[in-house]
Amino acid sequence: MSVGATDHRAASAAAIPAGRYGITDLARSEWTKLRTIRSTMWTLGTTAFIGLAASAIAMGVTRAHWTAMSAADKTAFDPVEVSLMGVCLGGTLLLGIVGILVVSSEYATGTIRATLSAAPRRPLVLAAKVLVFGAVALVIAEFMAFASFLLGQAILTSPAKHATLASPGALRAVAGIGMYLCAVALLALGIAVVVRHTAGAISAYVGVILVLPIIVSAIPGSLQHQIERFLPLEIGSAMINDATPGSFGPWTGLMLVVGYSAVMLALATFLLVRRDA
Amino acid sequence: MIEAQHLTKRYGDKVAVDDLSFAVRPGIVTGFLGPNGSGKSTTMRMIMGLDHPTRGRVTVNGQYYHDLAWPLREVGALLEAKAIHPGRSARGHLRMLAEANRIPLRRVEEVLGVVGLSSVPAQRAGKYSLGMAQRLGIAAALLGDPGVLIFDEPVNGLDPDGIRWVRNLLRSLAAEGRTVFVSSHLMSEMALTADEVIVIGRGRFLAQQPVGALTASSAGRFVRVRSPEVEKLRAAIDEHGAHTSLEDGALLVRGMDRDEIGDLAASLPVTIHELYTELASLEEAFMELTEESIEYHGGSREGQGAAR
Repeated sequence: MSVGATDHRAASAAAIPAGRYGITDLARSEWTKLRTIRSTMWTLGTTAFIGLAASAIAMGVTRAHWTAMSAADKTAFDPVEVSLMGVCLGGTLLLGIVGILVVSSEYATGTIRATLSAAPRRPLVLAAKVLVFGAVALVIAEFMAFASFLLGQAILTSPAKHATLASPGALRAVAGIGMYLCAVALLALGIAVVVRHTAGAISAYVGVILVLPIIVSAIPGSLQHQIERFLPLEIGSAMINDATPGSFGPWTGLMLVVGYSAVMLALATFLLVRRDA
Repeated sequence: MIEAQHLTKRYGDKVAVDDLSFAVRPGIVTGFLGPNGSGKSTTMRMIMGLDHPTRGRVTVNGQYYHDLAWPLREVGALLEAKAIHPGRSARGHLRMLAEANRIPLRRVEEVLGVVGLSSVPAQRAGKYSLGMAQRLGIAAALLGDPGVLIFDEPVNGLDPDGIRWVRNLLRSLAAEGRTVFVSSHLMSEMALTADEVIVIGRGRFLAQQPVGALTASSAGRFVRVRSPEVEKLRAAIDEHGAHTSLEDGALLVRGMDRDEIGDLAASLPVTIHELYTELASLEEAFMELTEESIEYHGGSREGQGAAR
């Protein structure tokens, strides 16, 4: 490889702008970071695909067996919920993992030191990350929710019962699950700032999402139901099926998850400022 | 200008940097010397605001790093090679840094050209050799055209061509009036690159002086003499009270300077073919300095290795 020119000075000697770097500069930088990693884009794409595929398979199987299904099964079948189950579980796991990687990959590769050299005001860096990743997660999650719902309902042709966005509670479930996914992905991002290692952060997150419900299910009786409704995945499930007994209403549940994320991000900010990078 | 005052960093009960005070002036290349684990990298991370000092303070151009308005336009740093996401291209890496400090994107192409990465800007960094990663790190440091530059071991992994290029780059940056602070474990490299060196050992300040003074002051200085009558000359020098030894037929003399040996040879008379004062290498001078510090702190070895 040839050695380059020795003139390192800025030919593009732009004047130093007034003021100082701010959240818009950092948000632009975070967007570049996000889109210049191919694996991130692949994971986001896969997330959307998994929601769609899960919905298509569930609906396809239901439609094929509809005439053979018992009357009770037909009554119990909720076309809104079934079309969004894959979105709920797949999105919670995959968007959460991307949220973790957005932070933990910076620690794993040392990029965090480049980031904080460019922007030493750390709360501002975290705010930019939350803003950009939150927006991306919301767009992907909403796209995935609406696409999975519409695809699923399109497959459920007569005589199977299907829903439309105008059906009672349908629009709320579809839009709401997208918001829930965005909130829970930001919880994952907060965990990653606190834990700083990819494997550790993913373990902690999966522990909260999947393992905690199993532990709680071992608790006897009514106490179990009182605790269960606070779990993030339970709140997500309640968002797409308002018939879940004992759970919080969809908006109360969403506010709870937003609250979890806010607390985690506050802890993350505190530790990010305090610790050595 | 970089100024450190009583800079101290503890990790638990281990002291990585111990009450370090120094100033790095603009217009010259200042070397930062110390054995591995002596606290060089920790000091540099504290300058960059990445690690928080336990005590003391360090400022850049009179400001804490945290308070700089456009950090990359004031300070450029290469702290570690390969501190790049392996999935990101050189251009992507530089672009995200440029955007954070509102540096025009055409500057990204400029610095890619300067470091010789113009042919591979889209290649993912995971495929880069250490030398290429080093060049990308240098490109990142130059991105904001800053007045203060900090390089931690910049020639690591570079081929001889690249080493010469870095050396010239550092010198020309200093010649433009910039502050250039560069650490290296290659003492010989410092001798060629730095004007002044700050030497630390086990986190403590040992010396700050011009490179020339560091080597000249060393007791490791000796005179090399070649002569067809080497034994005769050696006997005379021994009689004079100086210390002699033979190496490849040449006589190495400590304790007499070149002029004295020349005069002595003429008085014998003995023919001289070569008479040459060898300065101790910077490495020897450095060893001498740090040995003292190790003796001085002989009781507390556990501090070693505290710094990365």
